[in-house]
Amino acid sequence: MFSTPAPTGTLARLRAQIARIEHGGARPVHRAVPFDIEAIDGILPGGLLFGALHEVAGTGPDTEHGAAAALFLGGVLARMEGPVLWVQQRADLFAPGLACIGLHPARILFAEAGNEVLAAMEEGLAHPGLAAVVGELSGRLTLVASRRLQLAAEHSGTMAALLRRSRVFDDPDLVAPSAAVTRWRIAAQPSAPPLPHAPSVPGLGSALWRLDLTRCRGGAPGSWIVEACDATGRLTLVANLADGSAAETGRAA
Amino acid sequence: MVAAADAIAAEAGAWPGMPVAQAQTLIPGLTVMEARAGDDETALRRLAGWCLRYAPLTAAAPPDGVWIDVTGSTHLHGGETRLLRDLVSRLLVQGFSARAAVADTPGAAHAMARFGGDDVMVVPSGGQEAALARLPLAALRLPEATLNGLRLMGIERIGALAVLPRAPLVRRFGALTTQRLDQAFGHTPETIDPAFPPETVQARLTFAEPLLTPEAFAHVIDRLTASVCSIMERSGQGARQLDLVFERVDGTIQAIRIGTARPSRDPRHLSRLLRERLERVDPGLGVEAMRLLVPRADALVPVQMRVAEAEEPDIAPLIDRLANRLGTGHVYRVAPVDSAVPERSTRPVPALTGQAAGEWPSSPDWPRPVRLLDPPQPVEAMALLPDHPPMAFTWRRIRHRVRRADGPERIAGEWWKRNGEMRSVRDYFRVEDEEGHRYWLFRRGDGENGVSGDMRWFLHGFF
Repeated sequence: MFSTPAPTGTLARLRAQIARIEHGGARPVHRAVPFDIEAIDGILPGGLLFGALHEVAGTGPDTEHGAAAALFLGGVLARMEGPVLWVQQRADLFAPGLACIGLHPARILFAEAGNEVLAAMEEGLAHPGLAAVVGELSGRLTLVASRRLQLAAEHSGTMAALLRRSRVFDDPDLVAPSAAVTRWRIAAQPSAPPLPHAPSVPGLGSALWRLDLTRCRGGAPGSWIVEACDATGRLTLVANLADGSAAETGRAA
Repeated sequence: MVAAADAIAAEAGAWPGMPVAQAQTLIPGLTVMEARAGDDETALRRLAGWCLRYAPLTAAAPPDGVWIDVTGSTHLHGGETRLLRDLVSRLLVQGFSARAAVADTPGAAHAMARFGGDDVMVVPSGGQEAALARLPLAALRLPEATLNGLRLMGIERIGALAVLPRAPLVRRFGALTTQRLDQAFGHTPETIDPAFPPETVQARLTFAEPLLTPEAFAHVIDRLTASVCSIMERSGQGARQLDLVFERVDGTIQAIRIGTARPSRDPRHLSRLLRERLERVDPGLGVEAMRLLVPRADALVPVQMRVAEAEEPDIAPLIDRLANRLGTGHVYRVAPVDSAVPERSTRPVPALTGQAAGEWPSSPDWPRPVRLLDPPQPVEAMALLPDHPPMAFTWRRIRHRVRRADGPERIAGEWWKRNGEMRSVRDYFRVEDEEGHRYWLFRRGDGENGVSGDMRWFLHGFF
């Protein structure tokens, strides 16, 4: 018999491929992107799940611009690998701003989709080669549409994120029911002086956000004060609002 | 006799029909070339073939025109106006001066291109009657005798002709008069007789019974792509563009066009792209033949079949599907440009350029916003000169009190790119308002010299 022993790596990959094709009893293994903040990762199943739909929106005037929400998502993407599809209705992302939080713009495939954001997202989610698909949507999201995205994400194991935008600050559409696994509101907070021991020195320190996890399937909601993404997309916990305790770093807002 | 004169000769006094000897005496140093019958038409046909880059159906329209049926392919060129501009400027580079128009009907486009006035004209859908009304009768492709007769009746414009009673017109000038009018307005269909260059890779299937259903079309698409792909396999090519032409039983023709970011001869991928555009096809009473052409193909070296999954997944098929849905210019990557002026520091590049897209300047000292307003929005701001951040600013009638700020970061104009920026300067500030929202503001000018800018404030982005 002439059979060449296959290298185990190839074999494992083939098995995974077959499992994927069969897609039967064994569902694809989903991983998650952790925040590396125990208070948050403890509530979530280890972080933001792949193969699931996540919804993020800003507050106040940032509901329209979605700057903090884009940075929050950009930080998550910066800490994972692989190509990313970012779908916008009208392009207003500034790539150097994403580079500042460690998300290399060369990883991003941009799409300007007008009214076809959801359809373009589904195309992206159907493709096996992407790590994540981000879509920016102003306007309504029906429960059916969100369920379609969630199913598409589940099927491919790609992370799906919807960045909801609205010209109206407290748009009821943004809290209407959806099939997203997690829903977040990112609210800017007045930041601390850049040098805590010399508050009169002018300048800007890290931005401060209040993260509200308003919905988490299979988990409890939570609220935290964090320092915004650093140059590698990481957040730093300042206070856990659920139990009222400041984190060990002890820096209050 | 002079058959044609270019713009310079015409200005010097030469006109078609003038004896050559007279023209030569009039213009010293005149270049005279002999006109050969048929040359113009051959060249026009070649030009029609070249125009296939814009749409699947083109035809020469002697003596001086080319039809292009752009139905369903404008999205690949960024819309009708941009397609026409691109067409006219590319022709100009080749030495042709051209005028182009898009309209619902060939007749209206013909008239607008020749008599519309502008180099590039787009008649809105359904607007051909209004657009043509003011044009002279000569725009209607009528014989000279008819034109003279109508002029004698005092009719100069198409609008005046359109309101005349039909029957006397037909009796006096023949049916062609009303036919041309109806063709231009879209009351009777007019087809163009498309040119298919013989060297193009193509496949054609005719059917005993006319086809009507999308399922039947999908089946034919599969067969056509399979045979086209096997031809391309032999010639070592891959398609960059595919045209699918539907020949309807009523003699008219419909077509869809798709493009790919990279040469492809994967029948599954190509047929899927084509099937997604089927909804744009109106089969009418039925389709009796379908033809698949490859107007653009590039070399594609055969690849070995891969056993295991590749390390880097291939996203070219996804790019094709998105580009065919959203338009080619709407799927892109962003590359850095060596420019200090923020709105010029990035540019879109074709989506397949991939990872090697250049170095991004990383300067954590001067963070950049994640959203950029283009163009920058004027705001009212109060600030101490020359280099203090504003204390407050008002944008869209909302006043933001500035709590913390960082800056200025001075960005000088690029005088080597634009003359107006010889001395201009922008001073950028990052500011945080009382709620904690962060904005990117700049002042035009350095705060001291008027030549550097008018000291007005602008909002340029959000962090």
